[in-house]
Amino acid sequence: MARMKFLCDADRCIECNACVTACKNEHEVPWGINRRRVITLNDGKPGERSVSMACMHCTEAPCAAVCPTSCFLPTEDGIVLHSKDLCIGCGYCFYACPFGAPQYPRVGNFGTRGKMDKCTYCAGGAGPEPTGSMEEYVKYGSNRLAEGKLPLCAEMCSTKSLLAGDGEMIARIYKERVVTRGYGSGAWGWKTAYREDVSA
Amino acid sequence: MRRLVRATPFMGSAALVVLVGPGLRAGAAAAEVRAPDGAFAPDANAAKEGVLLNQDARISGRIDILDRRADVLIQPRGREWEGYHETWLQPLGVLVILGTLLLLGLFYAAMGPLRLTRGRSGRTVTRFSPGERFAHWLAAISFVLLALTGLNVTYGKIVLRPVIGPDAFSAFAQWVKYTHNYAGIAFALGLLTIAALWLRQNLPTRLDLAWLRAGGGYLSETHVSAGRFNAGEKLVFWFAVLAGVAITASGVVLLFPFYGTTIAGMQLAHIVHSLTAIAFVAVILGHIYVGTIGTEGAIEAMVSGEVDVNWAREHHDLWLAETMAGSAPNERPEPASLGRQGA
Ligand code: HEM
Ligand code: SF4
Repeated sequence: MARMKFLCDADRCIECNACVTACKNEHEVPWGINRRRVITLNDGKPGERSVSMACMHCTEAPCAAVCPTSCFLPTEDGIVLHSKDLCIGCGYCFYACPFGAPQYPRVGNFGTRGKMDKCTYCAGGAGPEPTGSMEEYVKYGSNRLAEGKLPLCAEMCSTKSLLAGDGEMIARIYKERVVTRGYGSGAWGWKTAYREDVSA
Repeated sequence: MRRLVRATPFMGSAALVVLVGPGLRAGAAAAEVRAPDGAFAPDANAAKEGVLLNQDARISGRIDILDRRADVLIQPRGREWEGYHETWLQPLGVLVILGTLLLLGLFYAAMGPLRLTRGRSGRTVTRFSPGERFAHWLAAISFVLLALTGLNVTYGKIVLRPVIGPDAFSAFAQWVKYTHNYAGIAFALGLLTIAALWLRQNLPTRLDLAWLRAGGGYLSETHVSAGRFNAGEKLVFWFAVLAGVAITASGVVLLFPFYGTTIAGMQLAHIVHSLTAIAFVAVILGHIYVGTIGTEGAIEAMVSGEVDVNWAREHHDLWLAETMAGSAPNERPEPASLGRQGA
């Protein structure tokens, strides 16, 4: 069984934000919600690096643990799905998430954030909607995984900085790169998300 | 003409600075590290996760999104906050709240209620005005509501969700959340009024030490002198004021997320809020015990506002004397002004 993960090779990311745009377009994500974002570190200085970040689909996901209605559903592939029917918009997952992944339609004074939205690994939601249905699309976006496709952000990344797929496989690809080119700034977030490191 | 000539060298150097400036500034910000042989080392200066996390608990950078919260790349503290909420808070709350209930139950079983030693006199004296009772009940009812609705956020998924099912529980929890968020206003108003009304009478006096030493008469069965509020009540008062401020302030931060706070501020507000809540519930359980089944005749003070004169003499002798003296000389306590109880 595959364990789906994301890996961003920051030494390749050129901060083109195409992953962000592709995600918004593919899922028709509402205005103001960013399932994926690119963060630039040491901006304008030597050693500047950009990292594309979304939900990492953590091992023992902290969002799922703190959710007061248990609306999260980790799948067999290690993808962390959630149900918008069960979400009450309390905002706890945002406090627990190490990667700022959960998004809310509104600012949320007096607890009116609305239903949480986040990266689904292009795998739909945990609600009762049939896989690949219009209802599922409206709530969670397209279900590419059910069609045998990987997340679009990684699929269309022009430098192949962003990798998605089975954790062992993408770690192997990354290690090969590091060995070949002689350097690598590491698999960002892996220690926090998966409690493991990728070193070549 | 002369002026222009003199200005030229200055303009020239200004242009030079503009041309070279950015390069100079970047160089000044962080010297570029090169490989030992002087060659360009593409990764020598590269931002590294481990290094950045050693410098700060959070790694943040620049983003194109107009949302300040989104500039945090990694905050491993999220996992620590999860650990606080799931591994510490949950058992701690059960331990403190059920432990308090157990202790109170044992105490009641062993000691029973504190009875009026000389029975009732049949005459009453006014202890709390309608305004005082209103403020107290406003705080009390909203507190119980807040405690139950707040505890549903912590324990509902363990206790209630398996019983009523995920869909019903989420629908319930949604309303419970709104109730909690709005009941806070009533609680803050009630507590503020109480604090303003009773502040002066709750200032500590030397009598309080003697009262505390005698355990308030609960343990020694002797009656200790006290004014309008005894030392026990004063402790509850000051605890409620301090805890009330902490829980309201942190609650307001949670109500208006990310207004002048960062993710760290929100996590801290939540920790203050939930820890205060647990202590508050434990203290108020004790307060409810003393005010109801623990002390014969006490509840009447908050229900009708009238207490039996014997009750006042046993628990608040100095206050009773003061009340009687205060009504003199113009309003001599005629029997009519001391309401009669029973037929
Ligand atoms: C005074 C004003 C208060 C305000 C504005 C307030 C607000 C909040 C907010 C916004 C939350 C986050 C969850 C949610 O959105 O519902 C919360 C949680 C909570 N509150 Fe309050 N609250 C107040 C008073 C109280 C009081 C008096 C208690 C209990 C005695 C209490 C107990 C709790 C508990 C137990 C939680 C859940 C903690 C957790 O499991 O994470 N609150 N409160
Ligand atoms: S990255 Fe955040 S939202 Fe995604 S599984 Fe981890 S904690 Fe949950």
